[in-house]
Amino acid sequence: MAKNDLLGASLWDAYSNKVTTLMNNPNHQGEITPEQAEKNGNKLIVADFGAESCGDAVRLYWEVDPKTDIIVNSKFKSFGCGTAIASSDIMTELCIGKTVKEAVKITNIDVEFALRDHPDVPAVPPQKMHCSVMAYDVIKKAASLYLGVDEGSFEEEIIVCECARVSLKTLQEVIRLNDLTTIEQITDYTKAGGFCKSCIRPGGHEKREYYLVDILRDTRKEMDEEKMRAAADAGSKASFEAMTLVGQIKAIDAVIDENVRQFLIMDGGNMEVIDVKPSPDYIDVYIRYLGACNGCASSATGTLYAIEATLKEKLSKKIRVLPI
Amino acid sequence: MKVYLDNNATTMVDPLVVEAMMPFFSEIYGNPSSLHKFGTASHPALSKAIDQMYKALNASDNDDIVFTSCATESNNWVLKSVFNDYIVSGDKNHIITTEVEHPSVLAACKALEKEGAKVTYLPVNSEGVVEAHVVRSFITDKTALVSVMWASNETGMINPIKEIGAICKEKGVLFHSDGVQAIGKIPVDLQDVHVDFVSMSAHKFHGPKGIGALYIRDSQPLSPLLHGGEQMGGRRSGTLNVPYIVGMGKAIELATTNIEEKIASIRAKRDRLEDELLELSDTFVVGSRENRTPNTILISIRGVEGEGMLWDLNNGQIGASTGSACASEDLQANTVMLAIGADSELAHTGIRLSLSRFTTDSEIDYVIAHFKKAVERLRAISSSYAKVQPTLGGESKACELHH
Repeated sequence: MAKNDLLGASLWDAYSNKVTTLMNNPNHQGEITPEQAEKNGNKLIVADFGAESCGDAVRLYWEVDPKTDIIVNSKFKSFGCGTAIASSDIMTELCIGKTVKEAVKITNIDVEFALRDHPDVPAVPPQKMHCSVMAYDVIKKAASLYLGVDEGSFEEEIIVCECARVSLKTLQEVIRLNDLTTIEQITDYTKAGGFCKSCIRPGGHEKREYYLVDILRDTRKEMDEEKMRAAADAGSKASFEAMTLVGQIKAIDAVIDENVRQFLIMDGGNMEVIDVKPSPDYIDVYIRYLGACNGCASSATGTLYAIEATLKEKLSKKIRVLPI
Repeated sequence: MKVYLDNNATTMVDPLVVEAMMPFFSEIYGNPSSLHKFGTASHPALSKAIDQMYKALNASDNDDIVFTSCATESNNWVLKSVFNDYIVSGDKNHIITTEVEHPSVLAACKALEKEGAKVTYLPVNSEGVVEAHVVRSFITDKTALVSVMWASNETGMINPIKEIGAICKEKGVLFHSDGVQAIGKIPVDLQDVHVDFVSMSAHKFHGPKGIGALYIRDSQPLSPLLHGGEQMGGRRSGTLNVPYIVGMGKAIELATTNIEEKIASIRAKRDRLEDELLELSDTFVVGSRENRTPNTILISIRGVEGEGMLWDLNNGQIGASTGSACASEDLQANTVMLAIGADSELAHTGIRLSLSRFTTDSEIDYVIAHFKKAVERLRAISSSYAKVQPTLGGESKACELHH
């Protein structure tokens, strides 16, 4: 919020002249009949996307030359607002002359770009970006019908934000590389979530499979876990003195398990690490003998020396073992 | 020709109102709280405005009508102060309102819920009306307040305020009504109807923007929302907005004098417009005419998306309004439309036309002609009226969007 936000944006004033012109006089509005296509020896494809009850619906017509797979003619019908009609119109224009496989590559970004008056000025305000997404969806549907394949096969990656076409992989990478912690940062870095806002969290304009809030949370969680693992790995190699108390106790336990405990158990005894306390000259490791070790004469002499020598060798020369 | 049919959003200020306000900007500009003549010079005009308000609403001298900055302030005042006085500092915990209130009631209730109030949002019937027996069934001994709008801004439908008022009186529960869309449009008699608090706004009845009022029955306690210089008998602080108070008084007088005649004239134009538009196929209007503010039409036109329709009307110099999700900043479907529950399509095909006493017959003729032309053009583009059916497998799988 700042000075420029005090008055709500005037929606229609933010449309490009091209959007306004095409809304008022769409060039490719209409239908292609089966008879027409048949007469020209072409294949007719008609695909719907959206529904009246959800506020936007589009029907796309393609007349495709079966020999070349080129879309020779295209029309549309649309139930929608001005930007939906203008987007549909420019979409059909972009389709004409392309092969079906080329047409599938047309994205909503291309549609919006084609509606711009000036390459640097968006054709529609952010919340209207979404209208061009439907154009992209209906093209995929038409292509799947013509090619006899599943629509999903055209998507090589999972798109989280349709308006800005940002993939799940990109989002995860951006969050990691830049150590992002908020949705606003994600929008600043990727534009995802900056348009119709459906992908930010459940309950928006459209139901999504992935939401930015979940991606951020899960990625942050993974990052934290990785950080901890990295710290643990670094710890095992780092000097014993530099470890945290927990790290030190774990390291001592690991050395005892590997080198000492089996011999104590063979004699019917055992031991446990009670505490580790650093002092200027020593690192004091307090242990308690269990079972047969408890009261065994050697426990204050030979066994004790053996434990201390092993820990000194494996971990730190400063270690002093004190039984309690 | 330019035609303004968005009078439920705001109205033109009546030139007679502007004339009444003019002396109070640069001639009589003293602070009415001052003791000197500069200040007291405005007192006769302020007294007159107060008299005009009381007369227009048939309020008793024991009641308060306190000027505020707008109806949003009035609504917030009632809700927040009832919450503080009866829920935080009392033994109540519950507020009843409806799903179709103005955002200044709904958002305030949501905020109070966060602070611990229990709020019930009552549904409306298919006409968009809150039924009195439904209100009764939700009142408990913990209910502090019932808040139900007098008439709907979207549909114009009038709620049974008299019946609800009687129920609240019987149950000993406070009753507030947002009267913004009723006052100046239909007769409002506060002796005839038992309401504790009524919010109103001048710019909905040809007064200026930035001035509203709250009616408080029997001058009953309600802690102030604004603290300060104790103006308005301590009920609402802030230097009196003299020219706007004068304007509001004049505006309510003009709107309510011979109101039956004015209603008859607006209703005749509205009904003619409605009849003509309903001649279009696949259209319907929400709510019965008898129980609707006489200036309002909410019409659904199959196959024509609301914002697209507004666009074409705007190209024809006609200002109207839509409940369409697409026209709103956040793309959310209109809550009123969804609450009526008739058909989710209505949420996207609804156009609201709201007349005023300044609307002329020739304007109505112009709108009828242009409206029909716009519907014809948009239906020609509309997929809903396409003849060639989708290729097998190319049909839409219901609504892929979610509201």
